[in-house]
Amino acid sequence: MDLTVAPNPFFWNAAFVRDFYAQLAGAPVARVVLGELVCSKRLPFWQDEIPQAIETLQAAGKEVAVTSLALITLKRERKLTADLLGLGLPVEVNDLSALHHIPAGTPFWVGPLVNIYNDSTLRWLVRRGARRICLPPELPIDSVALLADIAQAEGIALEVWGHGRLPLAISGRCYHARLHERAKDSCQFICDADPDGRDVDTLDGQRFLSVNGVQTLSQAYACMADHVGRLREIGVSALRLQPQSVGFAALCADYARLPEGRMSPDALVGNLRAAHPDMQLCDGYGRGGAGASWRGRALYR
Amino acid sequence: MELVCPAGTPAALRAAVDSGAHSVYCGFADATNARNFPGLNFSRAELAEGVGYAHAQGAKVLVAINTFPTAGDEGLWHCAVADAACAGADAVILADLGLLAHAAEHHPDLRRHLSVQAAAANPDAINFYAEAFGVRRVVLPRVLSVEEIAAINREIAVETEVFVFGGLCVMAEGRCSLSSYATGRSPNMNGVCSPPEFVDYANEGGQNVARLGGFVIHRTPNGASAPYPTLCKGCFTSADKTGHVFEDAVSLDASTLVPRLAKAGVTALKIEGRQRSRAYVGQIVRAFRAVTDALEAGREPPALALARLSEGQSATTGAYAKTWR
Repeated sequence: MDLTVAPNPFFWNAAFVRDFYAQLAGAPVARVVLGELVCSKRLPFWQDEIPQAIETLQAAGKEVAVTSLALITLKRERKLTADLLGLGLPVEVNDLSALHHIPAGTPFWVGPLVNIYNDSTLRWLVRRGARRICLPPELPIDSVALLADIAQAEGIALEVWGHGRLPLAISGRCYHARLHERAKDSCQFICDADPDGRDVDTLDGQRFLSVNGVQTLSQAYACMADHVGRLREIGVSALRLQPQSVGFAALCADYARLPEGRMSPDALVGNLRAAHPDMQLCDGYGRGGAGASWRGRALYR
Repeated sequence: MELVCPAGTPAALRAAVDSGAHSVYCGFADATNARNFPGLNFSRAELAEGVGYAHAQGAKVLVAINTFPTAGDEGLWHCAVADAACAGADAVILADLGLLAHAAEHHPDLRRHLSVQAAAANPDAINFYAEAFGVRRVVLPRVLSVEEIAAINREIAVETEVFVFGGLCVMAEGRCSLSSYATGRSPNMNGVCSPPEFVDYANEGGQNVARLGGFVIHRTPNGASAPYPTLCKGCFTSADKTGHVFEDAVSLDASTLVPRLAKAGVTALKIEGRQRSRAYVGQIVRAFRAVTDALEAGREPPALALARLSEGQSATTGAYAKTWR
């Protein structure tokens, strides 16, 4: 079992992106998916960093893929999607309409924002050319086990969400803009103020969600450390870690020690708590319960 | 334009047909459809009877089988498609890739509509579903403006259906796990959103507090009307702001946009509300039928007085107006 780095869902400036991927080149991850996932309006601010990041990561021996947007509606977004193949890298489909631009027979990857809940859908995508699939975080491990059997029989790689705020929803509406009493078209790129999303709490102060432009994430960070043993057993071939603005390389190093038993889940969780005292953790989806629960307990009563 | 009306129960189906629905949509009483609530939906016998009733009055029946089949349990969904075909349904409304492929292969003559739960939001997505699975109609996600809908219709060969009234998802449908994050049960996996068995009401300090899976969704003063705690319509705090971060307690009313939607090339107008009473359904269907009839006759459509029927008493035209975003 190895590690895949998810596309960064947040709006980071070009210099920050440059440093992030330069550092990641030294991290023990097997592959990196990059590109703009959440909002096409952000891309002009950092797209010039993409070729350099690809080169750096490939030079460090990482496999690199480029993601589609999560929700493609505008004409220029369709064009952007059509152009992805031109980069010569595998395209990770995170909106099914990207398939329209991938000729039959061209291999592609599928990201966690595509709804794969069952055998038929998995098989259909494999027949269409999917070679690496990250399942939706919502899936319980019992379902993952069934799909992992098929993935192994079909000879494709299967990933599950391993770490990071869960991508819970995508919308036509920008919540960052709304919180600033602006519309999406006049957002003034305000989501750049929150490098890990803007937290949304309940009226009782319970920590709940985090908004990231048109995306809604969990406020708690998913951490599948406890489940790695079972995931490995059932044939899941990679854990997916989502970039965060602080301490990401260290966290990759810890997750890399889990599958071979060179670090215990408790030690990993301990390190996370020490490095990020405010980080709330969750792993409920794996257990088939509320996504927000952690180690079998609800976050709030 | 075709008016597609909700039927959560056989009584609502008859009310919709009697009130002038061109089509009704309904589902089976299990996890195969996205309104899997207690007391709603149809048995196999009820569906066959409902189809007979509708067909006798020239109306069509569309069966929603629009959740995502569970791994290892796909038989339930395959059965639902076969039974809908058997009952004489005019179309099935599907979202899952695998189920679309199954229906296209095993029931090629059964008309396939793409559910809003598939969130096909651009011509490439729609053309993909049309080419791959012979989908004949697409229910458009509620993330598009009228202008965008017109542009989509210029690039596709299949029909489009859009929501014009009722509950409003603010997220792209079929791509939202907020409900399961708080409760473990979601529209995609279980056909439910913010399910009632996870709702808890408490009276605290003169306020009615509504929780979902332990998370506070609303606090309303005692005596004030408290909306159902649907997660995305909740009141939350973010830094210095407290309010409806995602959407106010509003529902969709696009009745005034019907002429523009017609011009945009839309084939069918959909009314949300399979969980609503037959009296509600009858009233809304009559009102919208007056609009489509006027449009057909080239008359100015009547203004509708539907405000008090809207959830939370106020209405929005949602994403149809670009400023909503």
